[in-house]
Amino acid sequence: MENKKNGFQNHPIVKAIGTQKLIALLALIVLYVAFGLINPAFRSYATLVNIFDASYYIGLMAIGVTFAITSDGIDLSIGTVLMCSSLVSGYLITKFNLPVILGLLVCILIGAIFGLLNGVLVSYMGLPPFIATLGSMMLSKGIGSVITKAQSVTWPQASSEQGWFRSIFKINQNGVLIPTGFILLIAVAILAAILLNKTKPGRYILALGSNSEATRLSGVNVAKWRTLAYVISGTLAGLAGLAYASIYSTVLPGGGGGFELDAIAGVVIGGTSMSGGYGTISGTLIGVFIMSVLKTGLPFIGLQTHYQQIATGIVLVFAVYMDVLNRKKKH
Amino acid sequence: MEGENVGEVILKMKEIDKSFPGVHALKKVNLEVRKGEVLALMGENGAGKSTLMKVLTGIYSKDSGEVIYEGSSVEFSSPREAQDAGIAIVHQELNMMHQLTVAQNIFIGREFMKGRFIDDKKMNEEAKKLFERLNIDINPAETMNNLTVGRQQMCEIAKAISREVKVIIFDEPTAALTESEIEELFKIIRELREKNLGIVYISHRMDEIKMITDRVTVMRDGEYVGTLITKECTKDDIINMMVGRTIYEDPKEKSNVAEDAPVVLKVEHLNAGKLVRDVSFELRKGEILGFSGLMGAGRTETARALFGADKKESGTIYVNGQQVEIHTPQDAVKAGIGYLSEDRKRFGLVLDKTVAENTSMAALDLFTNGLLIDRKQEEEIAQEYVSKLKTKTPNVTTQVVTLSGGNQQKVVIAKWLTRNCDILIFDEPTRGIDVGAKSEIYHLMNELVEQGKSIIMISSEMTEILRMSDRIIVMCEGRKTGEIAIDKASQEVIMHAATLRN
Repeated sequence: MENKKNGFQNHPIVKAIGTQKLIALLALIVLYVAFGLINPAFRSYATLVNIFDASYYIGLMAIGVTFAITSDGIDLSIGTVLMCSSLVSGYLITKFNLPVILGLLVCILIGAIFGLLNGVLVSYMGLPPFIATLGSMMLSKGIGSVITKAQSVTWPQASSEQGWFRSIFKINQNGVLIPTGFILLIAVAILAAILLNKTKPGRYILALGSNSEATRLSGVNVAKWRTLAYVISGTLAGLAGLAYASIYSTVLPGGGGGFELDAIAGVVIGGTSMSGGYGTISGTLIGVFIMSVLKTGLPFIGLQTHYQQIATGIVLVFAVYMDVLNRKKKH
Repeated sequence: MEGENVGEVILKMKEIDKSFPGVHALKKVNLEVRKGEVLALMGENGAGKSTLMKVLTGIYSKDSGEVIYEGSSVEFSSPREAQDAGIAIVHQELNMMHQLTVAQNIFIGREFMKGRFIDDKKMNEEAKKLFERLNIDINPAETMNNLTVGRQQMCEIAKAISREVKVIIFDEPTAALTESEIEELFKIIRELREKNLGIVYISHRMDEIKMITDRVTVMRDGEYVGTLITKECTKDDIINMMVGRTIYEDPKEKSNVAEDAPVVLKVEHLNAGKLVRDVSFELRKGEILGFSGLMGAGRTETARALFGADKKESGTIYVNGQQVEIHTPQDAVKAGIGYLSEDRKRFGLVLDKTVAENTSMAALDLFTNGLLIDRKQEEEIAQEYVSKLKTKTPNVTTQVVTLSGGNQQKVVIAKWLTRNCDILIFDEPTRGIDVGAKSEIYHLMNELVEQGKSIIMISSEMTEILRMSDRIIVMCEGRKTGEIAIDKASQEVIMHAATLRN
């Protein structure tokens, strides 16, 4: 009886993708088409590259934090860790002539170290994830400022000899833009999705995020795998720091706070459960792109970027509300 | 209807029908509750008892049928409406705010006010009056957290009768209670009966049904089977109606373990907290070693300490003659020990994962090809155990949360068999499992020991201990107070040891 009433949610395609993710995907398409109809300039290739540019750092963070959230935790430190990694490694490159390749590794490594710290605080010392990562959020913010003596850092320009790293995210071949970062983002997403869904670490993170004690009593080293979730989150925040430096050149001490909330919003819009045990990387990507389409598109229809916050807020609440409704109907 | 008139009919449910997508949960079910009687509602898990009660109290709407309450047809659309009309339910899982006081819990949502402020004093006084009516001594100003589960349940009952109540439903109220708390609960139920309330009592425990109820209504597979008068029927009559076949519960006469069977597990001087004091025992190959004792005797704590789930202070463990260090469940699993918790939902299964995922949980390495999990192989093995253990599930990619208790237990067993554990600790193996599935679990355990596995079975059910064990260890207040060969064992001997205080 209820089958007939709610035929939509029982459709095989809907079931396979998941209601919330599907709504998010439709929202993404509708937004893109709508902006394009209102202002044809939005449909240009250059705008598309802009949308991509705005997606890299949030996207990488969001993929990482999907793991922390799936393990029934949260990582609030990723925004400031992004900034800290980018500041410190940029500082080493520009002030101490650290070879760029090492600088890039340091950038990612700093993220990984903060991730490990969060993991240890949560898994081995038993701190609530919210508190532990709030602590390292402040810690990373402070460390970034202290090391750079509160000075901003400008990474080498693309034209300079040290600027080759920018081609990781974008190549400008005689005015033709090649968004290499998009390929990287998709590659990271695919690896992350494989890790989460097809490997032992991913399976354990999903299991412990759903029922930690039952997983532990199955002989699984829960602390280790939970720590890994935070290490992934931190490492990708480090990589996001690289993306940020690549696209925006100048990194500011004290910045980055708030990025984590954009990333978490992307994760939630995409359909990952905040209570752990279920995560979707493709959903996260969709969520992130919704935000960058809004961010890039709103100025095209004559609205300031501030409206992005309002629009994202509405999309976030709407997407989750649809999911809540859907769950209620199932009962 | 059947049965003699104990009192006036206060509630009648007629031909109630309810379907969920894919499940016909209730098929024209009838139920009749009379004033001043206790009606037992029995049936295996999944028989539809809870669904019926949820239809009655407005949690679910019915598809067809009629509810006649106090002579007129009613349809409650929320539990609140049912409550206002005088129908209260005491749930199996308690719905208490642990940080609030007893009185605050009882009057939640309808606090006594003094102007704009809450009048805690008045609430305490009113709560006190309720407890006096029930003849129980609980301080209304006590924080809920500080009460035992049994006492919390009394508060739930006090809450139920704090309104004008005419029908009260108890949903498996004794599941978490100790013997003396059960006594107290029965006293209260009898008093409520005196006051001419209609009482519905849902339970699996046959002894309780005989003790406290006047009539028994039995359901099976969503259907009404019939109603018996309790004092005119036997346990077997009820079981027959529930399962449609007779189950024998004969005690084991002698041990099935060979004299020279090797010792597979030896525990020496195990200490862990107050409830595990200097516990030593041996488990032999092919043996079912029963652990008996009263609530709080330290049996589960002993198992958890042995398994590495909780920290132990001291103690030596030998597996197959080799000393092993067990500090975490991981260590225990490596040593070939599997633990099947009494609380499957919290400690045994990841409920929103599939049968296959739960089956492979303890042995994922077996299904890992390099980096990737081989889902096909995982599902094949899971399917193999589903067939072997006769687990009732649509398929292996079904979430275990949708399975019944007995089938969930089979998934836990499959998990440890997949890991090829030789020593299995069953903690209350049939708790919350209906009668039919129970004997299947027993059958399985017997098969396992025949195959050379060894089992420690913690059980609070005397019949289970006497039926299954080859040898029985009895604990009391954290100490081992008895070790009894099955041919010497009887309820009396066990009870004697179980009450040997230090």
